[in-house]
Amino acid sequence: MSVIGKYFIFLGTLFGKGEKLSVYWRRLMEECVGIGVSSIFIVAIVSTFIGAVSCIQTAYNLVSPIIPISTVALIVRDMEILELAPTITCIVLAGKVGSNIASELGTMRITEQIDALEVMGINSSSYLVLPKVIAAMFTFPMLVIFSAFLGIMGGYLAGTLTGVITERDYLYGIRDSFVPYNIFFMCVKPFVFGFLIASISSFKGFFTSGGALEVGKASTQAVTNSCISILIADYLLAQLLL
Amino acid sequence: MIEINNISKAFNGKAVLKGISAQFQKGETNLIIGGSGTGKSVLLKCMIGLVKPDQGSVLYNGRDFYNCDKEMQQSIRREMGVLFQGGALFDSKTVEENVRFPLDMLTSQSPEEKRERVAFCLQRVGLEQAAKRMPSEISGGMKKRVGIARAIVMNPAYLFCDEPNSGLDPLTSVKIDELIKEITEEYQVTTIIITHDMNSVMEIGQNIMFLYQGDKLWEGVNSEITKTTVPELKEFLFSNKLLREMQE
Repeated sequence: MSVIGKYFIFLGTLFGKGEKLSVYWRRLMEECVGIGVSSIFIVAIVSTFIGAVSCIQTAYNLVSPIIPISTVALIVRDMEILELAPTITCIVLAGKVGSNIASELGTMRITEQIDALEVMGINSSSYLVLPKVIAAMFTFPMLVIFSAFLGIMGGYLAGTLTGVITERDYLYGIRDSFVPYNIFFMCVKPFVFGFLIASISSFKGFFTSGGALEVGKASTQAVTNSCISILIADYLLAQLLL
Repeated sequence: MIEINNISKAFNGKAVLKGISAQFQKGETNLIIGGSGTGKSVLLKCMIGLVKPDQGSVLYNGRDFYNCDKEMQQSIRREMGVLFQGGALFDSKTVEENVRFPLDMLTSQSPEEKRERVAFCLQRVGLEQAAKRMPSEISGGMKKRVGIARAIVMNPAYLFCDEPNSGLDPLTSVKIDELIKEITEEYQVTTIIITHDMNSVMEIGQNIMFLYQGDKLWEGVNSEITKTTVPELKEFLFSNKLLREMQE
């Protein structure tokens, strides 16, 4: 409980006395590149293959004469939008971005860089962490939209190239019974997950003490705790919003 | 002038500092010496506000650091320059950006003014050629000098150095010591150096305070230190064979 309390106090310090807006804007842009742009490649690879595998495996399991083959595309689309793109992508990002944030801040802590900021009278948590949290909340939804698109494209490529489903059926299936609200739901999830990943990882890194071994531990804990929090939040959001 | 009164600090019930009081004068290099684990760095951290003492006060020209409003505390912080043990340079910034950082964050100077000030500070520590290099591309001694340049870029009234010679060869150590002493005298800074380097004690220690297990056991000037009768200090000073032989 004391750790949770410390986490909320830490979140409070992010909004304490800050620096000039121009400083935050520059830091935010740096973090958007570091967190968002540099994650495009891994998100693209993971999403395309997950979409492809979803299509092949769904088709494999749907061998019934009363179910039209276009249902495969419908299922791929809904799986991508509702769960695979937001949740799996964010779990992948928890590994990549979360460990990066925790190790960066942990190293800054043990090499006294954070102390140097504090001695200068700079709100170190606000300066270092707030741009990361905002950047994650801003870029994760974009990455998830990109991921959903590539997942559906991956399903299309795998389905049509292997002959599991025709192009016509796939295109019909992804437009069939479409619920626009699901897109909103898909965007809310990474917004929340981005906050959780960036803040938990920052918390773990920011309070690292010791040496290289502790930085490694903080990094591992950041990923583990972020993944657990994503899964809990995923369930709560599904209950609340669907 | 910096004045510390009755500073005490304990971690998990273990007393690290036991009521330390001292005065550090302007324009002088004040050394805090002692073996490892005697509380030197904790005392420094109490003085610069990184660790809050359990008891006691730290006065900067009469302004009580721990009993003033946040604005006053910020203004005192901005009068401090700190050289950390490892330099504490920001890895993602070049040498020049590291030195410019306090100006970017804390002043509204024009880019030209900042450029001039950074160039002056780098030239002062003899690193004008390394301005565009990353911290990972320079040696330990150069990192310390960049740390000094960053510490003086805001014209501090108080300069704190945490083991400025650790990990450096004897020649580079002497150069760093001389640089700190020159800066102290030139800009009339109140300088406090944490060290256990005997060369520094003898070369630049104008006022010296000896800590032992959280207590202040001795205080004086470097010309008197070798005549001490405090057994713990004698043991510390003459810990190596050569010095023992010289004393005898």
